[in-house]
Amino acid sequence: MKVFVIGTGVVGSLIARELSKYDIELHIVEKKPDVAWGVTKANSAILHAGYDDPPESVRAKFCSKGNYLYNKISKELDIEVKRIGSYVVAFTEEEINTLEKLQKQGEINGVPDLEIIERKELLSREPNLNPDVLAALWAPTAGITEPWEVAIAAIENSVENGATLHLGEEVIGIEVKNGKVKRLITNKAEYEADVIINAAGLFADEIAKMADSEPVFEIFPRKGEYILLDKKLGNLVNSVIFPTPTKKSKGILVLPTADGGLLVGPNAQDLPPDKKHDLTTTKEGLEEVKKGATNLVPNIDFWYAVKTFSGLRPETKEKDFIVGKTSVWGFVNAAGMRSPGLTAAPAVAEYLVEEVLIEELGISLNKKKDFNPFRKRIPHIDETSVEVWDELVRENPKYGELVCFCNKVSEAQIVEAIKRGARTLDGVKFRTRAGFGRCQSGFCSLKIIEILSRELGVSMEEIKMNSENSWIMNGKVRV
Amino acid sequence: MSKRIVCVACPIGCEIDVQVAENGELKISGNRCKRGYEYAKDEVTDPKRVLTMSVKVEDGEIELVSVKTDGVIPKKLIPQAIEFLKTLKISAPVNAGDVLVEDLLGTGVKVVATRTVPKRYHSKLEIQA
Amino acid sequence: MKREKVDVLVIGGGAAGMAAAVQAANEGVKTVLIEREKKTGGVLNQCIHNGFGLHVYRKELTGPEFMEELWKELAETDVLVQSNETILQVLPKEKEVIAQSSEGMKIYEVGSLVLTTGARERPLNSLMIPGTRVSGVFTAGVAQKMVNIYNRLPGKRVLIIGSGDIGLIMARRLKIEGMDVVGVVEIRPEPGGLMRNVVQCLEDFDIPLLLSHTVTEIHGRERLEGVTIARVDESFNPIQGTEKFIPVDTLVASVGLIPQNELIEDFVEMDYINRGPVVDEFMRTSVDWIFAAGNNVAIHDLVDFVYEEGKIAGKYAAKVAKGEKLPEAVYRFNRGKNVGVMLPQKFTATQPFRMYIRPKKTLEKAELRISKESIRKYTWKLRPSQMIDFIFREFESLEPENRVIEIEVIEIE
Repeated sequence: MKVFVIGTGVVGSLIARELSKYDIELHIVEKKPDVAWGVTKANSAILHAGYDDPPESVRAKFCSKGNYLYNKISKELDIEVKRIGSYVVAFTEEEINTLEKLQKQGEINGVPDLEIIERKELLSREPNLNPDVLAALWAPTAGITEPWEVAIAAIENSVENGATLHLGEEVIGIEVKNGKVKRLITNKAEYEADVIINAAGLFADEIAKMADSEPVFEIFPRKGEYILLDKKLGNLVNSVIFPTPTKKSKGILVLPTADGGLLVGPNAQDLPPDKKHDLTTTKEGLEEVKKGATNLVPNIDFWYAVKTFSGLRPETKEKDFIVGKTSVWGFVNAAGMRSPGLTAAPAVAEYLVEEVLIEELGISLNKKKDFNPFRKRIPHIDETSVEVWDELVRENPKYGELVCFCNKVSEAQIVEAIKRGARTLDGVKFRTRAGFGRCQSGFCSLKIIEILSRELGVSMEEIKMNSENSWIMNGKVRV
Repeated sequence: MSKRIVCVACPIGCEIDVQVAENGELKISGNRCKRGYEYAKDEVTDPKRVLTMSVKVEDGEIELVSVKTDGVIPKKLIPQAIEFLKTLKISAPVNAGDVLVEDLLGTGVKVVATRTVPKRYHSKLEIQA
Repeated sequence: MKREKVDVLVIGGGAAGMAAAVQAANEGVKTVLIEREKKTGGVLNQCIHNGFGLHVYRKELTGPEFMEELWKELAETDVLVQSNETILQVLPKEKEVIAQSSEGMKIYEVGSLVLTTGARERPLNSLMIPGTRVSGVFTAGVAQKMVNIYNRLPGKRVLIIGSGDIGLIMARRLKIEGMDVVGVVEIRPEPGGLMRNVVQCLEDFDIPLLLSHTVTEIHGRERLEGVTIARVDESFNPIQGTEKFIPVDTLVASVGLIPQNELIEDFVEMDYINRGPVVDEFMRTSVDWIFAAGNNVAIHDLVDFVYEEGKIAGKYAAKVAKGEKLPEAVYRFNRGKNVGVMLPQKFTATQPFRMYIRPKKTLEKAELRISKESIRKYTWKLRPSQMIDFIFREFESLEPENRVIEIEVIEIE
């Protein structure tokens, strides 16, 4: 049985990892030179509790379950999940009514421990909230994580369990014969295939078109802009703060990041389907984000901004996931994974394998006896105890030599990231957090380029920021 | 003729007025020191500058040594001096103060190293290879 | 975990830290200087241009030469230099400092501490300029290090944003090395750096300076492909219709320096204009055994002043480590008209001391007044890009019942 997963975002990578539990020939195909560089790289990084989604939606089916599954995978894959909870805050009576609706909806969806908190209690828990707030819906199971780390971990674990990872390989065709998947064609090779899982994020519609499969759908990029602020402001809020949602989106939120900073955003701007590369930020968008954020938490000092960025969500007309089998046998979609896609991903992965492949398509899959569910992350030395860090330094003194000062990343971690596949500055950054901090790699970028060049045995000029044409240095000053 | 000049002799950056009389005599005001006077005088007759740059080092701990002209050179020679220093190569070790060029383009001004660049450390393996 | 008793611990081996360590050691106390990079010297390493040392060494030096002078001074002392060692935390109650290096974690029990951690560059991305995130956008310091230490060029065609001194210096540096330097844009109506650098870096090399201009958008998908610039009005908002696309593959940003005080700012009194700790004339912070000097106290124009502050901090930190009690800083300056960055903010009035003030705006002629009394007259132009410094010794007019002293810089005819 030859199974191909297209895409290495959280969805594709968790599906791959689920599949790697079985005795099959598993291939993971990614067109970018590294994993998790699409939607997964830039979003709110929230594990939603699951009260937002209408009970009849596909989203509702997977969200709270996915949220729950993170308990297990965070342990197995050694990824950071901080269950800091979330508040949806209300400023008017009308919004309080919405909170009550959300609470009921959440209960139907199986979200545990939802509670409406009154103003006084709320302000004692979150003293920096806008004092005009009246009440909030508290969801203790909501959390934050690092989505790219989830994907990186799941891919590492899949490869450990026998999967083959094809990076920089773009799918350009799918051959279907007698209504069944036959071949996968990439810009580099052609493969016989039995099953193809389409987890191509923003480009899932194009992949589905290649298979000429039904349902037919289109992915619309919906842009969200964000502002990341210094760690100094990381304690302004203790939980994820949402405004009361509108029909269109969950609104602009304020939340601490997994590495201790403060993130505000996103706004929501619908783009035409041909704008799937548009990661620009706009003046209006950033103003909107500032306004929305200060409405929730008035004293955010934007002098402490360290960066702005934008991400694209893969939206569909139905505003829902497109998950399941198609008119082509063996071609399976995990598409339209807009919010809460990150949260739902583990549940979607389990469903696709156990329900769709095994039950619906009747594929007999045998579990591997020697599947290793565990993966160890590169140690985050600034979060380990003093004793653990000291122990690491005794084993390898390079754990004591810091390269990134803002996020405290040592040379040993960077070398380890390179061993695990980092080839670029972003590859190192997303695996170690080096360069993510307040100086935005001012102190460490050149040192990391030097380490990459040394470890990979290439000249410094060959080291890129991320993609092929993102060169950094233009030759020598003196030859 | 009169001219207002920003002095570059030190970071204060005095604004100096220079008046050139018919007979060529200079009247200089606004400077706060002797160096400013000299600078302003040169600036209307023959402007001069210190040049700081880098020179390639072979086998050094880093690939470049910073250098400077050990005194001012005519501004009009700067482009030529730059091109000349770009072609220069020296071998490590270099010490701060080492004279790299005795007489830059006939100006009588030396070019000196402004930092120390030790010889690159070679591992035993490298030496055998 | 290793523990070590130290009289004076100096954190940061740039100009201020080296000067502080030298001075502390000369006072006869056990002094350790911590540097997180492989070598001391800080930013002097990469500042290969001249203009340093006129006050301190009475000669015009380049950055590396100033550094080598300090190395010579250090070599004559018993200062223990610990490079490649990073301070993780200062524990104010315990008077302990936690350090990490390849030798493992270490706790220093200190008599006193001198914080000389300098500044970091403000990243361009923090200015929230719309556009894409591409390679080819560098802070001036990174570009400078790339060219002067790493021997690599950052690109082919470059625009500089921000006319601070490093921006001006880099415009010239990159032009000398053959890059096409299309210009320097500055959002304010006057240059941010010293006039001498406008003259010798831009005018000498025919590099245009576009005042009241800013970058409004960054273009490109992978590597930078160009920027949009526009003229701005008095409140720094881009004026519609003045936008212009400039094709460049490199953008070098000199948009500000941020004092680094993360190690102490949670427990010492901070000055939110300087963005550094409040200090007295001994460079003592509100915690009596913690001293600070250099660019972490406030951004300076000259390394010479940073050095002088380091010497003062080192001297008094040593006295405190020896158990000497310093007089209390009972007087406090209140910023009056046109006073921006200022230090010290407090003083004991027991000995004359040097003060630094950065005027908030350009003043043709000005007078410095303390408690409404004229102290100095400036018959030349004062600019925000240049600190004024003077020795304050006029203590006779101080009244013990009035301990808040107003200081102002007034424009005069």
